[in-house]
Amino acid sequence: MGSPLETAANPERLRRVAIDPLSRVEGHGKVSILLDDDDRVQQVRLHIVEFRGFEKFIQGRPYWEVPVMVQRLCGICPVSHHLAASKAMDIIVGARQLTETAEKLRRLMHYGQILQSHALHFFHLASPDLLFGFDSEVSRRNIVGVASAHPETAKRGILLRKFGQEVICATAGKRIHGTGSIPGGVNKSLTREERDFLIKDSAQMVAWSHAAVQMIKALHRQNAALYDSFASFRANSMSLVAEDGGLDLYHGQLRVRDADGKLLFDQVDTQDYAHLIAEAVKPWSYMKFPYLTSLGEERGWYRVGPLARVQNCDRIGTRLAEAERQEFIAYAGENGRSGPLHATLAYHWARMIEMLFAAETIDTLLADDALSGDQLTTSGQRATEGVGVIEAPRGTLIHHYRVDDNDLVSVANLIVSTTHNNQAMNSAVREVAKTHLDGRKLSEGLLNHIEVAIRAFDPCLSCATHALGQMPLEVSLNDGAGRQIDRLSRAPASMGQ
Amino acid sequence: MTEPSLVFAWGNPSRGDDALGPLFIERLEALAAAHPQWQRYEALTDFQLQIEHALDLRGRQRILFVDASMACTAPFAVSSLVRERDTSFSSHSLSPQALLQVYRDLDGDEPPPAQLLAIRGERFELGEDLSAAARTHLDAALAWTAAWLAAP
Repeated sequence: MGSPLETAANPERLRRVAIDPLSRVEGHGKVSILLDDDDRVQQVRLHIVEFRGFEKFIQGRPYWEVPVMVQRLCGICPVSHHLAASKAMDIIVGARQLTETAEKLRRLMHYGQILQSHALHFFHLASPDLLFGFDSEVSRRNIVGVASAHPETAKRGILLRKFGQEVICATAGKRIHGTGSIPGGVNKSLTREERDFLIKDSAQMVAWSHAAVQMIKALHRQNAALYDSFASFRANSMSLVAEDGGLDLYHGQLRVRDADGKLLFDQVDTQDYAHLIAEAVKPWSYMKFPYLTSLGEERGWYRVGPLARVQNCDRIGTRLAEAERQEFIAYAGENGRSGPLHATLAYHWARMIEMLFAAETIDTLLADDALSGDQLTTSGQRATEGVGVIEAPRGTLIHHYRVDDNDLVSVANLIVSTTHNNQAMNSAVREVAKTHLDGRKLSEGLLNHIEVAIRAFDPCLSCATHALGQMPLEVSLNDGAGRQIDRLSRAPASMGQ
Repeated sequence: MTEPSLVFAWGNPSRGDDALGPLFIERLEALAAAHPQWQRYEALTDFQLQIEHALDLRGRQRILFVDASMACTAPFAVSSLVRERDTSFSSHSLSPQALLQVYRDLDGDEPPPAQLLAIRGERFELGEDLSAAARTHLDAALAWTAAWLAAP
């Protein structure tokens, strides 16, 4: 599954194009492309400037502080880190089975996060490309462009996101820097009034999420030739699944399917993740490349996130989302195809199915009186090591800690979703370069194709890096001697951060 | 009831001087009790500006956005904001100008008058404390804001 475009034979003789940094991708990422004299693509690499300082940030802190502290690793998905750390610390305090109230409150918080994150990505980051086309003028390819041309779509995106934030606020206790989830459970339940406040809007969120699935499904079907082939590549898929094989984004065991959809591993205990996967290092990238240990680095890499999850599971436990999953799977088998859909743009369709699943799950949970229960925590035999795994919006998120006799974290290891997808994103970029850039004169629209492919994964690097200031798109074309011979740029906003 | 003035600061409390935004709100709230002459206001903070924050702008008479900046001169800079179809649309966060534009596109009305208070920061690494220079800049920015809140 390796790519011949990873390393060119004679890089010193080739021209270099760099897309640095990427717009609408959190954190720092850069794509470098080497072209020969005939503009044929010889090498493509996605470089992600991963900052590994978070382990150091956590080490030495009392274990009970960690679920709160790790939210500051990422301004985009703090709840995912909050819950993954809590799950790891559950093991430390011996709480292998939470109370019903605690488990349901955490699930509610998590699905609130999934809803708001998926809404932001689809309506804010992805829909401008999908609605206007990859080559449309730059000024339209953003949320305000969508708002002008499709006001109702933009408004729904904002209100879906707002609702997800309100679910998080109610369960985590605060709008940001929540403290709701603690080792062994939660520190508050929901009052009837808090539930009623959310219930009044939850059915509407289900309806809008359902409409969003119809929208992306229609876009995909209307332009099936492009959507099915753009940045498509074969890969293994990894995700959590429930004990019965159902989709579960909060808790489960690990499942891996190969590129043909056959089960490679199933019900792997998350505490044993380190036996399942290893991380390779490549000299040209700061970010590691995880792979399945038993298959090796070349064949063992995989994709995570919505496209993997929706096709890895056997069913979805909510009515509307399950119907949509079945239609998605049927589509994957149309026109003589077999096995999973490997189209990168199908991430969007799968993501909206998950958003619908999240909205339905929230709607169901809010009616459950267990959310207002008073049995909030539990504990058991202390352990010195714990692993917490959760399906964050972008994919599998692993938190692994060791705690010493003084209750301080001595070892921390985090594998974030974007790291799992490192090789997959590189493969997507290479497919685009090969198909759309090879032999053609570069333009801003063509280079946006590269970003469209990366954006489909919704990579979030802010847990690895911090974006100082706005991130303009700058592309430079250099000759073999490193001299700049062409340049494209997009102006930044007026103030930095 | 919606307060007529909104002070909205953003940043990450654990990334060095990026904490200027949330610390600004913390200090402002602590000072409020001793300043009964201040106009009524609401203080909000988040990691960064997002599209749903357009809803927080509704019903305001004036808005003050507050952020750490590496671009402004020390100790701080104040500028008036105009809604803008921001072509940077970088990452998962909006510029305040783009947020004002989202407000306009969402509600069809012009957004309330808004200013940006940019406080000079120096370092932004995970786990770092606020720099000594940023502490000084924060004090100066709070003094300016006290006058802003006292003004009718």
